[in-house]
Amino acid sequence: MFEYTMEEVGNIVVMQGFSGLSLFSVLLLMALGLAIIFGQMGVINMAHGEFMAVGAYTTVMMSKLAVAYDIVNSYFVFAIIAAFILAFWIGYGVEFLLIRHLYKRPLDTLLATWGLSLVMQQIFRSAFGAKEVSAELPEWLLGSFQPTEGIDIPINGVFVMALALVVTVGVYLYMFRSRAGLRVRATVQNRVMAGAVGINTKQVDRLTFALGCGIAGVAGAAFTTIASTGPTTGSLYIVDSFMVVVFGGAASLMGTIASAFGIAQAQSILQFFMTSSMGKVATLMTIVVILMLKPEGLFASKVRK
Amino acid sequence: MKALSEKLLGSKDSAIGLAVLALLLFVVFPSALDLFRLNLLGKYVTYAFVAVSLVLLWGNGGILSLGQGIFFGLGGYCMAMFLKLEASDPESTKIQSTPGIPDFMDWNQLTALPWFWEPFKSLPLTLILVLLVPVLLAYIIGAAMFKRRVGGVYFSIITQAIALILSILIVGQQGYTGGVNGITDLKTMLGWDIRTDSAKYILYYVNAGLLIVCILLSRYVMSSKFGMLLLAMRDKEERVRFSGYDVAGFKIFIFCFAAMLSAVGGAMFTLQVGFMSPSFVGIVPSIEMVIFAAVGGRMSLIGAVYGTLLVNYGKTVFSETYPELWLFLMGGLFIAVVMFFPDGLAGVYDKYAKKFNISGLICKLFKKPAAHAHDVAEEQA
Amino acid sequence: MNYSIRRQTLLKPTWVAACGLALAMLAGPAVAEDFPTAAVNTSGLAVTDKTVTVGILHSATGTMAISETGSIQAEKLAIAQINEMGGVLGRKIEVIQEDGASDWPTFAEKSKKLLENDKVAAVFGCWTSASRKAALPVFEKDNGLLFYPTFYEGLEQSKNVFYTGQEATQQILAGLDWIAKEKKAKTYYLIGSDYIWPRTSMKIARKHIEQHLGGKVVGEEYIALGDTQFGSVINKIKLKKPDVIYAAVVGGSNVAWFKQLNAAGLNAKKQSLLTISVTEDEVLGIGGENLEGFYSAMKYFQSLKNANNEGFVAAFKKAYGDKAVIGDVTQAAYLGPWLWKAAVERAKSFDVDKAVVALPGYELTTAPEGYVKVDPNHHLWSKLRIGQWRKDGQADLVYESDLIAPDPFPKGYQ
Repeated sequence: MFEYTMEEVGNIVVMQGFSGLSLFSVLLLMALGLAIIFGQMGVINMAHGEFMAVGAYTTVMMSKLAVAYDIVNSYFVFAIIAAFILAFWIGYGVEFLLIRHLYKRPLDTLLATWGLSLVMQQIFRSAFGAKEVSAELPEWLLGSFQPTEGIDIPINGVFVMALALVVTVGVYLYMFRSRAGLRVRATVQNRVMAGAVGINTKQVDRLTFALGCGIAGVAGAAFTTIASTGPTTGSLYIVDSFMVVVFGGAASLMGTIASAFGIAQAQSILQFFMTSSMGKVATLMTIVVILMLKPEGLFASKVRK
Repeated sequence: MKALSEKLLGSKDSAIGLAVLALLLFVVFPSALDLFRLNLLGKYVTYAFVAVSLVLLWGNGGILSLGQGIFFGLGGYCMAMFLKLEASDPESTKIQSTPGIPDFMDWNQLTALPWFWEPFKSLPLTLILVLLVPVLLAYIIGAAMFKRRVGGVYFSIITQAIALILSILIVGQQGYTGGVNGITDLKTMLGWDIRTDSAKYILYYVNAGLLIVCILLSRYVMSSKFGMLLLAMRDKEERVRFSGYDVAGFKIFIFCFAAMLSAVGGAMFTLQVGFMSPSFVGIVPSIEMVIFAAVGGRMSLIGAVYGTLLVNYGKTVFSETYPELWLFLMGGLFIAVVMFFPDGLAGVYDKYAKKFNISGLICKLFKKPAAHAHDVAEEQA
Repeated sequence: MNYSIRRQTLLKPTWVAACGLALAMLAGPAVAEDFPTAAVNTSGLAVTDKTVTVGILHSATGTMAISETGSIQAEKLAIAQINEMGGVLGRKIEVIQEDGASDWPTFAEKSKKLLENDKVAAVFGCWTSASRKAALPVFEKDNGLLFYPTFYEGLEQSKNVFYTGQEATQQILAGLDWIAKEKKAKTYYLIGSDYIWPRTSMKIARKHIEQHLGGKVVGEEYIALGDTQFGSVINKIKLKKPDVIYAAVVGGSNVAWFKQLNAAGLNAKKQSLLTISVTEDEVLGIGGENLEGFYSAMKYFQSLKNANNEGFVAAFKKAYGDKAVIGDVTQAAYLGPWLWKAAVERAKSFDVDKAVVALPGYELTTAPEGYVKVDPNHHLWSKLRIGQWRKDGQADLVYESDLIAPDPFPKGYQ
């Protein structure tokens, strides 16, 4: 390490710290929607990645419109909102048609949603072609921010971080500070009792699932700034998302945040000191070993199944 | 002796079912299909080993492993390593900088055979390792998880992660494993060319025979006391535990047994198809194999075999005629089976066919000359 | 004495052939009656008096469909054009298309189906090395004929395959020579996806940089296929400050790599980058703004200015819409049917054994890339071109090499 000056090493430490944080927000965005669906409802949504792709394609389509009407600089916010709404309603429909029949068979939801993910991939392919597409990004999302000479902070990274913060706070407020969230928690804790006090538990289920899908859509929209959009994009994210949720302890929002942070830091550091692909393997191995020792995840819910 | 045969064959109905399957595999298919299609069928039959293992593990044990591809792949790789070493004799690899080692090692600047390839120079050792390596890994995974009572969804996701790790490792360590290309260009087994027509017939029959043996073994396991306990564990694990049984031990055993069955399938796959690739170890094939079992019926050993053959036949036909529609059909099939036919083909058969007492009909036919049975079997196929 | 005898026997058929060619040209396209089926097809291929059947085998579904779609389109276009001109030996070409589904064993299975069941006279197909490696034993055993379009790592040569893309040394050496001279580069950072093509390519690049260019490789990095997080890797590059980044990242990772590189401030103004894995097809997904100013080393760019290419681009856009783009591999795939036609016509037979002998030495002057020649080692002689990407997703040609001989087993680079 002596071939570098102290300043250079300092700069790298700052930037490396940032890329750890940036990976953290990426993982968090990926996992939040899943954490709600899997953690609160026990449903394994293998089509989670495809809901992210819905958001990504929405953004791409919106960007085409934006280019046509020359509003490239401001459309991105609307794209995110549109992505949420679209993914939300698709999720709503999927819950109604598919998921609600399978609540008593959690392993079967896994298979059915896997089938759903195949169908959605083929829909993307038929509608948008097999090739990858990219969204026209506004100028202010490109390039980097330079606090000092030698340090580059990617703007899209900052953007994803800000969005992750907004979504996390939003989920927190919804779950823990609103009547609707109270109904969700009541249903999770005791479905029969919740029904007895007049909560429409079926409606709660539908909204919760749709909300999780909507958040996936937002994540997908945000990821158009850092990664690719294609029919099989979703499958790149699904395993990582599940690892974050399971590692955090399924039912806990704090757990999801902590595990996203831990995994991001570990992967970021390991990939710096090892080759990238070995760093990835080492991270996954560590998670699996920890999960074998502590199967309930970092933040365990009190209920044992 | 009678008890044993009953344990192996089960009730009269299931004995007939097995007989029909054997008839199809050994007589009807080989006489009705040309060699190309028969070889394809042989490939599907190797997947059926995994489907059968999943019936034990998932249908009867309630343990959904999304990583059976790991064991299928390991079995296949062990066999492929032996065949590759035989195909890489110094004579046929003399253009390499180090003759006598597999070609992909030479491309990756390896100058000597890695130590873990050494045992695969001997066939008996290879055959042992085909079974031992997957079972050992299954034991490690199973012991770590079941002792800590990891079950249900968590087990599924962890096995999935292990499948991912293993496939990244195989792809990444290409000097030792052949990387993403896999181990290809396998030619002979102890000097016997596995690519000739006659070899293909022989391998097909060996394959089908092994499948029947595996089904019988699985039947034996299921109809023993252990099988009853397995069902009990699936439905009310706590009660079995409180009755003093070692639940974790049983689960580890069935997981290892299922791994072994899958590995046999993998080894046979390598022999019939002539190569092995990391695309069998990953997540997607592992989940597809679960679907084979689900379509056939997760409770029925024989149903799982039919499910595997049917789904793969569909895949081949539809991807030939309508490549664009294939994913819609496959996805729709997943959803439909889960939603409407949770017991798969076997469930449908039980529900409708038994009403008309088809097995009774077949029973009568069996007493007549064999030619008739032949026709019925064909109709069923 | 021997010499003169050989000369005589050699001369005669050539003279006859030349006459035949002249006659054929006078008489217009060949008619099937001149070539009775029994004579042109002695090996039981799917050839009738009016038609000949060929196969197309690419991934229409799965992760590789992104890349392989262009190849399917190009091959179909070439076949349609050949049919319009009267077909091959007076026979219309019929196509059986199979889906490899991005799954290597499926490629082997479908190859077997095309060769053993459908008895196709030739197959245009495969894209990744893994799919070719899986299919190759089938082609060798059933004595099929495969035209393979992708630039690839070399280290292979088969009687049954013609490689219409470049092998690694053709693509790598001249490009490195150019950038070393142009940018006075001394230090290089090599980065690629973690599988055989990037690893072999980087091995060749490293040897060339260290032994012939007097440069230094300051880092070599491999990314797991499908990984989309490059933060740490980019920081490593920033620490090493290489003169040139030499990249061979593929698939979804490729998009993420360029987007994140740009966002980290490493754009063309600050950093020279030469890649061997970006064609016009990839630019669609990456976005021109993330590539602007970087260089690609390819044998073909859509923006090439020559009459062949202008006709090809116009025909391609007419067939597949104005927005269609054409990358290096798409063009190489387009050559396949034309080369096969030449092979069959030179051999006057569809038989694989005769066609593969007839093709080496053939010069295709109507190729969109200009001119190619078939080498006895079944690869093509071609030029290497360096393109600099513009924001609109097309490349400006900045360098063109001389014709380079294919060398799939390069001495000194293994």
